[in-house]
Amino acid sequence: MSVSLFGLVTIGAAPRSFRARAGRRRATVWHGLALVVIFLSSVFPFYWMVTTSLKRQADALAYPPLWRFTPTLSHYIDALFTHDVLGSLINSLIIASSTTVLAILLGTPAAYALARYEFRGKQDLWFWFISNRMVSPVVLAVPFFLIATQLDLIDTHIVLILLYLTFSLPIVVWICTDQFRNVPVELDEAARLDGASPWRIFWRINLPLAMPGIVVSAIFAFIFSWNDLLYALVLTREDAVTSPVAATNYMSGYELPWGEIMATGTLIVLPMVIFALLVSGRLVQGLTMGAVK
Amino acid sequence: MLNSTVSRAGKAKAGAYAARTRAGLRFLPRSPAFWFLFPAVFALAVIGIYPLLVALYNSVHQYRLADLAAGTPFVGLDNYIATLTDPTFWQALGRTVLFLCLTLPIEIVLGLFAALMLHRPGLAWMRAAARVGLVVPMATTYAVVGLIGRLIFNRQFGVANYLLGFFGVRPLDWLGDPTLAFVSVMIMDVWQWTPFCALILLAGLTMVPKEAEEAARLETRKRLTILWHIERPYLLPGLTAILILRSADMLKMFDAVYTMTRGGPGAATEFISVYIQRIGFRLFDQGLASAQAILLLLLTIVLSRLYIRYIYQEIA
Repeated sequence: MSVSLFGLVTIGAAPRSFRARAGRRRATVWHGLALVVIFLSSVFPFYWMVTTSLKRQADALAYPPLWRFTPTLSHYIDALFTHDVLGSLINSLIIASSTTVLAILLGTPAAYALARYEFRGKQDLWFWFISNRMVSPVVLAVPFFLIATQLDLIDTHIVLILLYLTFSLPIVVWICTDQFRNVPVELDEAARLDGASPWRIFWRINLPLAMPGIVVSAIFAFIFSWNDLLYALVLTREDAVTSPVAATNYMSGYELPWGEIMATGTLIVLPMVIFALLVSGRLVQGLTMGAVK
Repeated sequence: MLNSTVSRAGKAKAGAYAARTRAGLRFLPRSPAFWFLFPAVFALAVIGIYPLLVALYNSVHQYRLADLAAGTPFVGLDNYIATLTDPTFWQALGRTVLFLCLTLPIEIVLGLFAALMLHRPGLAWMRAAARVGLVVPMATTYAVVGLIGRLIFNRQFGVANYLLGFFGVRPLDWLGDPTLAFVSVMIMDVWQWTPFCALILLAGLTMVPKEAEEAARLETRKRLTILWHIERPYLLPGLTAILILRSADMLKMFDAVYTMTRGGPGAATEFISVYIQRIGFRLFDQGLASAQAILLLLLTIVLSRLYIRYIYQEIA
């Protein structure tokens, strides 16, 4: 009885596994196809920007679009030196790195306190930090413009460095709080028993152990600051113009210099893409740390 | 004489301070937590709250940059009333909500699809490549996304029309037609933010215990059943985060729209932030723009409160 049942099962299983294997192969083909589509649709607009920046104007305006062409770097030279995109890139670099450093200096101790200490109003404070990240830049840009005008800070680096803290600081606090929570609290207690001061416990024990999260948050702070357009558009004129503003400055006149615009775009985006790719594992980690937890 | 009064006042102040400290604020200066938090809180208060107070002040005054000779008289709630009775304000807000309701589901569905494809075993190097590809849109500066949009959707030589030509679609004036301009901004937004959704959902999927998934795969061959019964709980926190962040981001959306359409044609893509920027910096009515900014801020606060209360309970 039991033997025949066993036999039935094996007999029934043989063609099914064969069919299953064919089905699996077909599924794998679809899987691969889907992955190719995901990759191409993600990369195509970027690819199109880069190739357009390398085309001569006539090639860029050709229709149907050209897929093969003789590349030229002349747009990069024109953009960098004639339109002073170089200066704007330097401005962006100064501003984004200053605000990142400031955000880390101010944000990591705050994140540590939020992760380790219990006190009244902690949740409200936490909420306040987060809500800063959600506030539309235009809400602050309107009054900040007037404040900056009165303080004669229009078109300076410092005003943007400070203003970018409104989003870089919350993102640092957000990500680092999570990171500090993962540092075993026993280490703190052991150090306290050895007589270490709170600051020392933070500086010598927690900060080094939380470094991966801090790096991730720094990258985020840098990318967000580098990417801002609205604040820079409103608060800069010539000297402190950042690269996204420089990229939009082409948008006047009838015949647009597409090559130069795309060259500028590439110069702005390429460092960010390389940056993000170098740490892509951590970028995802950073996203989930900041958002999912 | 004067000195002694001052010092007595000082002493009284110190006494009051001591009383207050005894009464309950004692934890503040003593606790290390206070000193860890103080610099960040102070900085954010100065940059984040003080300007809001200025905006609040300006919002009840007439403040036209183009007409400063008229002075800045107190006008009460006029700016608020003007905003709330202005159909263009409501249209901009409605447009923003419409954009959110149309774009977010697409991003979540496509993101979930991409996440499932990246999660599926096999084809390791192709999955790795796709994952690398997903980083590119996320790393693209918003303003440049708009510029790329202008290039791709150009009426004369845009590659979008060219590619659609294969499907028999006649060349379209993407950025000249109100509906199509809206759609093309949507497409660029979906391009940029689907990877964000995909990676967050993927992170949720990697938390699903392998055994549970494999056991379920033996039970059923329907992918959706596994998704619903096994993976759903792990996806929900990420989904919540997406909802919060994307909703807030749409209220903020400015850069890509500004470089791509400047809110046009007409007002077809004038979302709320673009609208306020136009009032404040192209029409130079700072009072009105301040009132609108305050209203937008209230909306943001209500929105994030709701989210935090009802959905995002894991916080703190």
